[in-house]
Amino acid sequence: MSQLNSKVPSGPLAEKWEKYKANQNLVNPANKRKLDIIVVGTGLGGAAAAASMGELGFKVKNFCYSDSPRRAHSIAAQGGINAAKNYQNDGDSVYRLFYDTIKGGDYRAREANVYRLAEVSNDIIDQCVAQGVPFARDYGGYLDNRSFGGALVSRTFYARGQTGQQLLLGAYGVLNRQIAAGNVELYTRTEMMDLVVVDGRARGIVVRNMISGEISTHFAHAVVLATGGYGNVFFLSTMAMGSNGSAAWQVYKKGALFANPAFVQIHPTCIPVHGEAQSKLTLMSESLRNDGRIWVPKELEDAEKIRKGELQPTDLPAEKRDYYLERRYPAFGNLVPRDVASRAAKERCDAGFGIGTGHAVYLDFKDAIERLGKDLIEARYGNLFQMYEKIVDTDPYTTPMMIYPAIHYTMGGLWVDYELQTTIPGLFSIGEANFSDHGANRLGASALMQGLADGYFVLPFTINNYLADQIGVARMNPEETPEFIEAREKTLAYIDKLMKIQGDRSVDSIHKELGKIMWEHVGMGRTKEGLEKGIVKIQALREEFWKNLRIPGKTDTINPELEKANRLADFIDIGELMAMDALQRNESCGGHFREEYKTPEGEALRDDKNFKFVGAWEYMGEKKTPKLHKEALQFEFVEVKTRDYK
Amino acid sequence: MDLTLKVWRQENSKAKGNFESYQIKNISPDSSFLEMIDALSEQLINEGKEPVAFDHDCREGICGMCSLFINGRAHGPDEEITTCQLHMRKFKDGDTIVIEPWRAAGFPVIKDLMVERDAFDKILQAGGFISVNTGSAQEANAIPIPQHKAEESMDGASCIGCGACVATCKNSSAMLFVASKVSQLALLPQGKPEAVRRAKAMVAKMDELGFGHCTNTGACEVECPKGVSLDHIARLNREFLAANLKF
Repeated sequence: MSQLNSKVPSGPLAEKWEKYKANQNLVNPANKRKLDIIVVGTGLGGAAAAASMGELGFKVKNFCYSDSPRRAHSIAAQGGINAAKNYQNDGDSVYRLFYDTIKGGDYRAREANVYRLAEVSNDIIDQCVAQGVPFARDYGGYLDNRSFGGALVSRTFYARGQTGQQLLLGAYGVLNRQIAAGNVELYTRTEMMDLVVVDGRARGIVVRNMISGEISTHFAHAVVLATGGYGNVFFLSTMAMGSNGSAAWQVYKKGALFANPAFVQIHPTCIPVHGEAQSKLTLMSESLRNDGRIWVPKELEDAEKIRKGELQPTDLPAEKRDYYLERRYPAFGNLVPRDVASRAAKERCDAGFGIGTGHAVYLDFKDAIERLGKDLIEARYGNLFQMYEKIVDTDPYTTPMMIYPAIHYTMGGLWVDYELQTTIPGLFSIGEANFSDHGANRLGASALMQGLADGYFVLPFTINNYLADQIGVARMNPEETPEFIEAREKTLAYIDKLMKIQGDRSVDSIHKELGKIMWEHVGMGRTKEGLEKGIVKIQALREEFWKNLRIPGKTDTINPELEKANRLADFIDIGELMAMDALQRNESCGGHFREEYKTPEGEALRDDKNFKFVGAWEYMGEKKTPKLHKEALQFEFVEVKTRDYK
Repeated sequence: MDLTLKVWRQENSKAKGNFESYQIKNISPDSSFLEMIDALSEQLINEGKEPVAFDHDCREGICGMCSLFINGRAHGPDEEITTCQLHMRKFKDGDTIVIEPWRAAGFPVIKDLMVERDAFDKILQAGGFISVNTGSAQEANAIPIPQHKAEESMDGASCIGCGACVATCKNSSAMLFVASKVSQLALLPQGKPEAVRRAKAMVAKMDELGFGHCTNTGACEVECPKGVSLDHIARLNREFLAANLKF
């Protein structure tokens, strides 16, 4: 692998994207009809990209593992989407959104990509409104905004607590239009199993029909992965049950580099774990931190009494409460970025001040209800409060919510250049599946922005530049092309290998064990010793998986256990790479916190001299140590500073 | 809690199905209903049997994938929730729980508790969108939309496409599903130009796919996990009437 070339255009930051668009190669409309594009995934990135490229006239095949594109997990995003509209006249601008995102990512993202993201953010809002997304509005009928962590302006657009749902349904709508027009062919309940590479270029995929079990291959001139993040390595996360990292992992094994796998976001406000049977964690939107105040008891004995049920939180007077975020970070208060808020919660709980099971803190709306009235709070957060009450069985209007950090998002992902192309020519990656825009920590309401930016406004341009010299490439018949036949055979053999293990453990039991190892050793506070231990445990678990797994049922029918096993095999490998990446990064930055590297006040201590790079891993073969490549990050337009939210 | 489960088992869409009984023990009242089924799966795998297949994904009530008929009610015995949000504290120790798939001509069972709902996608493909290409939108604040209109539109847009309305309706009508989308878009100025064509096309597709007629029993509204109201059906009827007058 030669030097990583990010292909960032030269020139001033604000002119790069315009310059790129002015100089890129384009494909004429007649030739677009001769070009096939595969898009895997139907979330914000995938649906937006498939629809937009269908509108342009390309022949698109779009795949998802659910029964409908609308199930993609973008749908669960609650709080909102950022854009630099400056409707509130509070000093926002493209540059400020760019700057906040770079700073929020702890200076571990690529300037040019992030600036472009901020630049197209406004187009996204225009587009979504035109699609009929019912964003919240003020009495004058104009769009409303709220604040999110890591920003001093109100730039977050929202649709109640269901912004992701509404944006996804907007993208799904335009996708449906292209399906009806015959420009996009949709494959539901179909899971990608492998990438097909012909002469060094991505030329197609192998898929499994999850109803019939049939393994088939599909050709395309370019392949786009919009397959989301790998947070389910931890078993418990806010991801959907089916969210997985397998597509990204398969292409990694085919030569695409995997960047910053250690950068995982732990969201501070999730409903705490109730017990061993827990299957997933539910987020309480960051928007709640606009009005909720986070606290734990000031005295250890009060915390203990509350845990034992001898004292109610509502009985504890204000002076006996420690509003620790307001205390530690007076400038941003409860709206510090997620990584900062999560670590602060862990710090208090580790010190013995946690409530509930000891792994929880309060998010309290009493003051907001007194100030604004219950009706207004209900209008703002009603569905979140209802969700909380259904799960926990207490009323958050009268008793403070209990929350605790949980795995929420993966900033790491496939390495892509400025064109969103991976190191395999013809293979692109968008949305959470790539690594590009959020550095070591993502700001709230930026995931939706990135998914839609990539899908509507970036990829449909940049993919032209690749396809322009592909117009002479004839469609291949997968049934007669050796590389396709071979890839299909390989997948069949792999499934056979999984089915033949016939041990005595269920997929979930092994997955839960992996989750515990990851949370303990590769979680919120990492150490060299812990990571090394974690790697040994993961390796032992891999042995256990391949020796003792049991998949009941058959392969030629619906078999959820087989689907889960296939994903878990990859999660184990991803988990190991995450630990290795965390181990090589001898600094603390964003969501990656190494206990050895912190300031006397306990804040993350970056090492810009030695670690101002993107760590991109290259697969070297089974049981071989992967190779680390470094893309040096240049900060030409912002001054790299210590993040300060005080 | 210890429970008896009567679960619909069916090998595939062609096979004949039947109820199987299972005993399950030590379920925490704080577990969700699907976590209880996870426990059943674990038990069946350990006994060398095949676990029960069921649809689920986000497990936070928004993706619309989960779909069970529990003791004769869509999404079980609680108001305005999906099956994944139902918690075991709604049941008592020693209860017998009957678990079935959605049953409707438009939603064929494909295995155990899983049904195919691609008919919903097809209805939306017939016209459940605003025809705007990427890049051709105007400035977002150019058209103010009265707040109450935006809110009503959002009420319709809250539909998660789970199909509880169809499963509950004695006619297996998809009217509430269709109405929620027609209504969402008809309430917005951006959706007006196509409102007539949209209503007509979506209703025609619904009829074609074997969903029954609406006889205003209101059962759909009662079981809708998102509380989508019958008012949207009234609005759909107005749009549909307008469509027939104009064409």
